Amino acid sequence: MNPQPTDATGEAAPETTTGGRPQNVPVVTEDGAAGTPNRPAPGGRQVALSDLSAYYGDHRAVKEVNVSFSAGEVTAIIGPSGCGKSTMVRCINRMHEEIDGARAEGQVLIGETDLYGPDVDVVAVRRAVGMVFQRPNPFPTMSIYDNVAAGLRFTGAPRSEIDARVTDALKAAGLWEEVKDRLDKHGSGLSGGQQQRLCIARALAVEPEVLLMDEPCSALDPVATLKIEELIGELKERVTIVIVTHNMQQAARVADTTVFMLDGELVEVGSTHKLFTTPEDERTERYVSGKFG
Amino acid sequence: MESGSLATELLRPPSPRRRRTDKAMRALMWTATFIALVPLVLVLYYTLKKGIGALDWEFFSTDPTGSFLGTQGGVKSAILGTLEIVGFAAVVAVPLGIGVALYLTEYGGRGRLAQAVRFFVDVMTGVPSIVFGLFIYLVLVLGGTGGSTFAGWKGSAALALLMLPIVTRSSEVALQLVPGSLREAALALGAPRWKVVLRVVLPTAASGIVTGSLLAIARAAGETAPLLFTSTIVKGTTFDLNEPMNSLPAQIFQDLKQPNDELVQRAWGAAITLIAMILTLTLVAKLIQRRSRGKGAT
Repeated sequence: MNPQPTDATGEAAPETTTGGRPQNVPVVTEDGAAGTPNRPAPGGRQVALSDLSAYYGDHRAVKEVNVSFSAGEVTAIIGPSGCGKSTMVRCINRMHEEIDGARAEGQVLIGETDLYGPDVDVVAVRRAVGMVFQRPNPFPTMSIYDNVAAGLRFTGAPRSEIDARVTDALKAAGLWEEVKDRLDKHGSGLSGGQQQRLCIARALAVEPEVLLMDEPCSALDPVATLKIEELIGELKERVTIVIVTHNMQQAARVADTTVFMLDGELVEVGSTHKLFTTPEDERTERYVSGKFG
Repeated sequence: MESGSLATELLRPPSPRRRRTDKAMRALMWTATFIALVPLVLVLYYTLKKGIGALDWEFFSTDPTGSFLGTQGGVKSAILGTLEIVGFAAVVAVPLGIGVALYLTEYGGRGRLAQAVRFFVDVMTGVPSIVFGLFIYLVLVLGGTGGSTFAGWKGSAALALLMLPIVTRSSEVALQLVPGSLREAALALGAPRWKVVLRVVLPTAASGIVTGSLLAIARAAGETAPLLFTSTIVKGTTFDLNEPMNSLPAQIFQDLKQPNDELVQRAWGAAITLIAMILTLTLVAKLIQRRSRGKGAT
């Protein structure tokens, strides 16, 4: 079951590193759209929402949102509690519809494909769009290795690939050095921050094009939060990242572009610097300056 | 309020009345616990005292002879019969019950069908065990289903009916304890629903499901009423479930009525055997529960 501790997987995928590890230099490959079929192109893919509305029964929580998230960037979604930011990102991997009575209208385009199209397989959507949740949720019955391999096994990846991809995902999530000697131990024995990085590794292992993060640091302490934020900066070379956060400083630290939402509507989209310093909408200005929310 | 008066408030010893109430309540609780333990201890003590003399090698290795005079034999056929009948009932009822529970928690949700199933499971839990026996008697025994009248498998059917709601209920509770976030995590990884259930939900709930099933088996093993007129009471050992079959509770029921001290003592011995079997099952269930709890904590 245990993977060989291979250190030489660097040529297969763009290598990313944690903050202080000296032996690996980030390698940025320059091929753009044309990745091999199994490996996503570095930087993931662009996601575009078009007239997207989301409902809980009769209540419309997201109202005709139009926005696109650029490949190779981190986009943060901010807004007060209940503004529909989580609901909106849960529409991108079609997890929203798992809730009783919930549905979505409109389009979510990845490349040319509408994820809500009639012939689209929900399972395939969730493979292409990974998700990290608010609270770390490793599978308690599985070892660290099996947690990362879980998605690969669910989707029937070839057995021979699993070892390499687990190692790669753990390295990408900056967890490899900390867990390489105890891969067969339970994931629940890790600290909260490590568990969250394990969940990130688990999502990365299936090599998604897009990674959604729904307040990934809200259950973590500041040190663990910092680690995850560093990680987000490294991972954007690999996947398109959309992060929901209620913490405006966090958005300012990690995001290239920031989206401000209010009452289910998209109020303003702009480069993070511009949105926080010279917002165009008066409501954005009031929110980022702490006057409400 | 000034800080001085708060300090006196905090440092003041409890009033005599509070002390008295505290003491009285403690005494009351100890008494209640003691009273509750008395019958339990007495039952165990009495059973052991009456039955221990019956236990020897012959008791476990021979069948009841049924002869009016002379040696009466042991309860081998009853022990094996109980294992066969309860075992077969478990093989049928446990997977079925887990299946129903999975439907209720993973697929049915709050739908009308699921609510109806839940209601009937509750009703079945409350049905007296003799009613299950009577039902099987009317449907399977009188009808001569399978070319036999009384048969071991018909006893299993009655016990399976008894176990089904217990297994379903306990499994449902265990499955509901699996956090929704784990299902979400698996779904978000691109797992089809059935794989989420098979690889994540069931393993996480496994210890609870196993514990509940073992307790349901233990409960069924002690039932007399459903067996009396389904598998009935015979002397010989049989491994054919389509024949009348002996069982420990039925044997105890039979022996206690006899005007023969040796037979009455055999009944007590059979009671010890049954208690030991059920106790083993319960202990295994507790062990599984404890082990999984230790795993979850760290």
